[in-house]
Amino acid sequence: MSASAKPVQKAPGFAPYVRFWGKFNHYVLLAFSLATLVFLMAPVLVAIPLAFNTDPYFTYPIQSFSLKWFKEFFTDEVWQMAVKNSFIIAISATILSTTLGTLASVGLTHRNLPGRALITAILVSPMIVPIMIVAVGAYFFYSTLGIANSMVGIVLAHAVLGTPFVVITVTATLAGFDQALFRAARSLGASPMTAFRRITLPIIWPGVFSGALFAFATSFDEVVVVLFLGSVEQRTIPRQMWTGLREQLSPTILAAAVVLILISVGMLLTLEALRRRNAKMRGLKD
Amino acid sequence: MSAPTLALDEKALLKSKLRKAESKQRIRAYALILPLFVFTLLTFLVPIGLMLFNSVHDPVVHDTLARTSALLDAAPDGPIVPDELVFKALAADIKQAVKEQTASKVGSRLNYEASGLRTMFMKTARHISQVENGPWKPVFLEIDEGWGKPKVWSVLRQTRGQYTGNFYLHAVDMTRNDQGDVVRAAPDDRLYLDVFARTMWVSLLVTLLSLAIAYPLSYWLAHLPPKVSNLMMVLVLLPFWTSLLVRTTAWVVLLQKEGVVNSILMALGWIDNPLNLIFNRLGVVIAMTHILLPFMILPLYSVMRQIPPSYVRAARSLGAGPFTAFWRVYFPQSLPGISAGVLLVFILAIGYYITPALVGGAGDQMMSYFIADHLTRSLNWGLASALGGLLLVSVLVLYALYERFVGIANVRLG
Repeated sequence: MSASAKPVQKAPGFAPYVRFWGKFNHYVLLAFSLATLVFLMAPVLVAIPLAFNTDPYFTYPIQSFSLKWFKEFFTDEVWQMAVKNSFIIAISATILSTTLGTLASVGLTHRNLPGRALITAILVSPMIVPIMIVAVGAYFFYSTLGIANSMVGIVLAHAVLGTPFVVITVTATLAGFDQALFRAARSLGASPMTAFRRITLPIIWPGVFSGALFAFATSFDEVVVVLFLGSVEQRTIPRQMWTGLREQLSPTILAAAVVLILISVGMLLTLEALRRRNAKMRGLKD
Repeated sequence: MSAPTLALDEKALLKSKLRKAESKQRIRAYALILPLFVFTLLTFLVPIGLMLFNSVHDPVVHDTLARTSALLDAAPDGPIVPDELVFKALAADIKQAVKEQTASKVGSRLNYEASGLRTMFMKTARHISQVENGPWKPVFLEIDEGWGKPKVWSVLRQTRGQYTGNFYLHAVDMTRNDQGDVVRAAPDDRLYLDVFARTMWVSLLVTLLSLAIAYPLSYWLAHLPPKVSNLMMVLVLLPFWTSLLVRTTAWVVLLQKEGVVNSILMALGWIDNPLNLIFNRLGVVIAMTHILLPFMILPLYSVMRQIPPSYVRAARSLGAGPFTAFWRVYFPQSLPGISAGVLLVFILAIGYYITPALVGGAGDQMMSYFIADHLTRSLNWGLASALGGLLLVSVLVLYALYERFVGIANVRLG
């Protein structure tokens, strides 16, 4: 390389010391990584078109396309009830876990708090404990209280499953929050509540919102607790898919899957936008 | 401040004021945590505590056959068939149980210890109500000669207490013999140690597979220009955000006999008959690896992003070969990501229920499946709880390791 050559390596250029095997490895890695990305995406991508198949089969090629399975999903009474239940449960659980989780996170970020590690470990443990154990415990507990076959039990169980995500995202966001701003508001006469509502919250809300999204997704996707705590009237979308998969595979399940995928794409895009906004507000570049 | 030094008492006053303010703030911090803590306690810790309580709580025989239990308490231990006094008490207990419709509960409870006892007990319950007077021992023996054998009395002795360790014994394939000693269960009754080993084995396999797949991918992602890698990360995060049920459904669609993979292979002429890709161990491992892969990629990627490329370059310039430079310089720096990913994936894998239940065969079900089965089908809540207790302990041990090596606050969620 001449002295005037740019010192920065340009992709896909190789460093001068890279020999044949280095280049070979590079392409092997590239191929492997792309294959892995295909493995990650393919199952979902392959299944989607089959939801538009007129025939109730799960094989290619598709002879003719139709929206009849979507029509069934959106008009069938059982599925409609499942959609309604899913939203009622997930939204209630999200409100509960976001409120409680955000408050606790504000408390947890207080500097030198004795017992913080233990408290955090306990508050986050619902994320780690197998869902079956949570469901069994909830089943015993809510049966004793007499609310086993009700929406209330499911909402409470889902809310506690969602709180770890809120705690993790909000404490992470608060770690980048300049507490001096809060103190400044306080010194200018704002009450703690006002200072939090008008100063802290507007700055950390991307973190709060992404925690809420995680909590929503957790509840929206949860089936084991619903399986034990819900009666026929509390069927949710995943619960309905579970029944469908065990009894008879109907393309309506795939239509439901497509709708769920659209919802998750929406959530992912929202989250990405929030992440960018958060990074921008903190003056970080990514 | 105008004065160069504060007076001594002023200093002390300031100090105590500061301390007061700090402790006030600390109390406020705890007050903010308290609602969630109480909520977690009530909706999570107490229910799990209740499950653990149910794994040792065993009131059926103690409450229903109260008189008999009390007499057995006083009787000497050992595989002895008792005398008329106990039979008389038992007759009274059973008659009352029949009246209160609790006899079948006792029958089921006894059956958990030795199969066949439900039939014997229910038969006795049906007949004994028609007998007015004793002597009771011959009456019992006439209804079923099993009452003259030590087995049933040994079981009644074991279950007469309010609390029992028997559910845990059954959960590790142990039982008690007629003498009341702990022995291994009969070979046909052994199941759960196998299930436990299977759960660990499948989880380990899934974890290692995920690591083997995720490490190269994360390495590649971490060395891309940020713009490209962010785009590629969307491809990792989208499946991560897709419903578990949806992904499991997709695998059923792909792998079943008339599924996409088999039709493609047959259309290509590579195989003549469809392969069994699902409802077996292969299906479980494929689907679980796919579902848990993002949990391995995310921590690996975020650790690898932080590794400065100059270190490997320095190693290379000092004469290390590509392998040496990777193994001695890069790999050790990626270890935090590996431990985080491995522990997280393993912890999540051992609790899996939905995916093995939907894509596995009868021989591929893991711990959670048997917990659900006992809870809803055989209604042996004690055993379900004991299995849950064992699963919980294994997860908590791993969680402690995770907390020790990674720190739960450092979990990255995409």
